[in-house]
Amino acid sequence: MKKFFDRLILIDRRVIFLLISLSVIVPLLVKIELPLEVTPEVRRVFELVESLPDGSRILIPCEYAPDVMAEMEPMLYAILRQCYRKNLKVIVTALYPTGVNLIEKELRYMADQTGRKYGEDYTYLGYRPYPAAVILSMGQDFRQSFAVDFYGTPLDSLPMMKGVKNYKDVGLVLTVNATGGTEYWIIYGRERYNFPLAIGVTAVMGADYYNYLKTGQIVGIIPGLKGAAEYEKLIDHPEDAIRGMNIQSIVHLLIVVFVLIGNVGFFLSGQYRRKK
Amino acid sequence: MSISTDIGVWVAAFFTLCIFSFLYKDNPFYKFAEHVAVGVSAGYWFVVLMKETLQPAVFLPLKQGRWNLVPGPLGIFLLILPVIIGLLLFFRFSKRYNYIARIPIALIYGIGAGPTLVQYLQNSVIRQMQPTMIKISFASWDSFSEVLIAVGVVCGLTYFFFSKEHRGTIGGVAKVGIWTLMIGFGATFGFTVMARVSLLIGRFVFLMRDWLGVIG
Repeated sequence: MKKFFDRLILIDRRVIFLLISLSVIVPLLVKIELPLEVTPEVRRVFELVESLPDGSRILIPCEYAPDVMAEMEPMLYAILRQCYRKNLKVIVTALYPTGVNLIEKELRYMADQTGRKYGEDYTYLGYRPYPAAVILSMGQDFRQSFAVDFYGTPLDSLPMMKGVKNYKDVGLVLTVNATGGTEYWIIYGRERYNFPLAIGVTAVMGADYYNYLKTGQIVGIIPGLKGAAEYEKLIDHPEDAIRGMNIQSIVHLLIVVFVLIGNVGFFLSGQYRRKK
Repeated sequence: MSISTDIGVWVAAFFTLCIFSFLYKDNPFYKFAEHVAVGVSAGYWFVVLMKETLQPAVFLPLKQGRWNLVPGPLGIFLLILPVIIGLLLFFRFSKRYNYIARIPIALIYGIGAGPTLVQYLQNSVIRQMQPTMIKISFASWDSFSEVLIAVGVVCGLTYFFFSKEHRGTIGGVAKVGIWTLMIGFGATFGFTVMARVSLLIGRFVFLMRDWLGVIG
């Protein structure tokens, strides 16, 4: 029996990798649906976007690179779908250099999907260095940092940008962010210019930003793939995030089983006593 | 649903499999993919920074002869001064003159710390202390969690108070502090696991949908 428990803590890590892979592949092939609850912090973001009058502007600073695309892309798509459905005019910045082209591609994809026109329904301002300085200058006038958009077009020649000067002219700032820049939007943006701010962050960052909800510095938070899945549920358009969360639940279950196996093996194999 | 004919997708799939191969054991394919990723990232950063920073802020104004700050030669000087200061960073490679590189580093730190310090203290540290200064009541679950936050903060800070030995009451409070910290780390780790699994799912979706076309 003791040998059996010894074996439990000596399972080859490759076996674990293989089982984790299978727990992702099998649910991808066999469609499964698990229940998903919407949390209040995600619902608040959704409701705030819903409450914006048709035709008003929303600023979506997107700061992430391809390495976290799996989490952030479904989130951005869900937000854009809601914005376009409500006829909101979307202004996007990308203050993180390695994400500039990725975000442009994603914006074009969603515009094609929903039949939106550049310059009329959405504008992409692109990248400028030093996020903190850019955020501060945008509070005076967007043109201070972005005299031209990503494609080199002067902002005033874009129909939807006419009359848009600074944060006062946007109904909400909703940053989809996988960088420390999230904090800049809170500290230099929201606190200085007092605009409503919501954030969508990676799951790793999630725990660090919940405290800003408590202080009221952000109105809501969409954390990682789970937040994105909740958002997809709210807009009633299930896509990659909901599919991912179904798989995620199965993988988590497997991880919990492995944690239990490891602990049972550790405590009953005699290693615990030897270590003690 | 069919296998991709896009060369870019095939390249991405090849590199994904190279990286996955490390799960079996370290191998030249993994090493190759790792080096390519680092090289391509550095190259990409360089191009973006060149295109979005140096070109519009320095090269283009010099070429077009427009510098808004001050007209005349002083304007040119003010335009290229930051470039010169930035180039001083390369003195780091010189054994004899590497101290010169401290000038731009000091400027970066100084300029960075100036606006950050006040804003950070005011809008992060002080604002974050506010939820711990509450009127204690047990009227609802929200009030209970507010009390929990206040207790957690005090106990957590006590754990980092090293001027008195952690024994007796102080020791007990510090113990609650370390439990609070552990719960916090647990939540963070849970989120991290979720994030990493999300990335794994993303890669598998890419392989099975975009590359092999076996799922819709």
